[in-house]
Amino acid sequence: MDRRKMRETVLGGLIRNNPTFVLVLGTCPTIAMTTSLFQAFAMGLATTFVLIFSNLFVSLLRNLIPDKVRIPCYIVIISTFVIIVQMVMRRFLPDLYSTMQAFIALIVVNCIILARAESYASCNPPLYSMLDGISMGIGFTAALCLIGIVREFFAGGSFAGMQIPGFPAMSGVGASAFGFIVFGCLMALFNFIVEKIEARKRSMRRASLPLASRAESLEEVQQ
Amino acid sequence: MTVSLLSVMFSAVISNNIVLSQYQGICPFLGVSKKMSSAAGMGFAVICVMAISSVFCWLVYNYLLVPLGIDYLYTMAFILVIASLVQLLEMALKRFSPTLYSALGVYLPLITTNCAILGTANSAVVFSGQGASFVYVFCVSVATGIGFLFAICLLAGVRLKTDKADIPQCMKGFPITLLAAAIMALAFAGFSGILAG
Repeated sequence: MDRRKMRETVLGGLIRNNPTFVLVLGTCPTIAMTTSLFQAFAMGLATTFVLIFSNLFVSLLRNLIPDKVRIPCYIVIISTFVIIVQMVMRRFLPDLYSTMQAFIALIVVNCIILARAESYASCNPPLYSMLDGISMGIGFTAALCLIGIVREFFAGGSFAGMQIPGFPAMSGVGASAFGFIVFGCLMALFNFIVEKIEARKRSMRRASLPLASRAESLEEVQQ
Repeated sequence: MTVSLLSVMFSAVISNNIVLSQYQGICPFLGVSKKMSSAAGMGFAVICVMAISSVFCWLVYNYLLVPLGIDYLYTMAFILVIASLVQLLEMALKRFSPTLYSALGVYLPLITTNCAILGTANSAVVFSGQGASFVYVFCVSVATGIGFLFAICLLAGVRLKTDKADIPQCMKGFPITLLAAAIMALAFAGFSGILAG
């Protein structure tokens, strides 16, 4: 087992290749299904499930699928798992399913899943592909939950369905346009933080250079 | 019938716009709106594919899936119809109309993963109930496609300006585009009063 590759795979989906803020894939559920934390979490979990299993099966079948018809093959694999999610949700969570129906069906065409099948699972062994699915799924779910928390706080003055005392609900903020605004502002914040961290890393490297050369020259003197 | 159909079509283009109030097809809306020419190409390709695929999905659903009692497989059936239709359309255009083919270029295969296409097919054929007629499905899908073209061309026009604007580095690219889209969505939502009144 290659430790380094594993770590890169796991961390990639969370930050460096975060599907929502960096790759900007799967934006439709990101905006449509984040009016509350609970809904965002459910959407993230459903997508993660499909992502893990489609990655696993694409990876297992990667030597059998002919190159020319690979996209339809991937779509069949993905839609199989989406249908499973639909059936399970309709049976056990009928209320939630009726509000999320349209976007659960649209997981089939979520670009994250097809992009990971095409760019990762089709050329990596099953275990890594599953790990990639898990980390991408967690990155997606975390981003959705973050947007969900902000939107629920402003629109309803609540957190995960619980009313926060002293914060009244704002009318109009729940409207369609607010999803775009929150997503845009959070993405700008994410870019800002990543920029700051990278700038600090660069300046630390620069600051450490003269110190190192100074240490070398000290050693030379001692010798 | 004709009046209600017209109002449904009007709302599909403007007040109930597929991108700005139903949040479908946002990936190409953000990704392909950098230049006006590519935005228009994508928009027209979406209109064609949306109209043809909704009609085929209606046929497959009502004459194949429902009689066989396997209508719960509609997701898989519809996406296969759309994927194969896009492939066929690409081959047909390459053979019969090379100019149109080169104009649409890379946007045709991208349409397979445009969730607006599958979303429209789902909502027009399945979610609207058994009574959806052939004419209704066709008209609604054409109007929805026109709404997509309208939105993506408007955003491309806005992006020409925001690309040149002097804004903080972290806002460049997608964040400022999302904010522009938000203001557009507010404007489009304002039209919903016309139909109510």
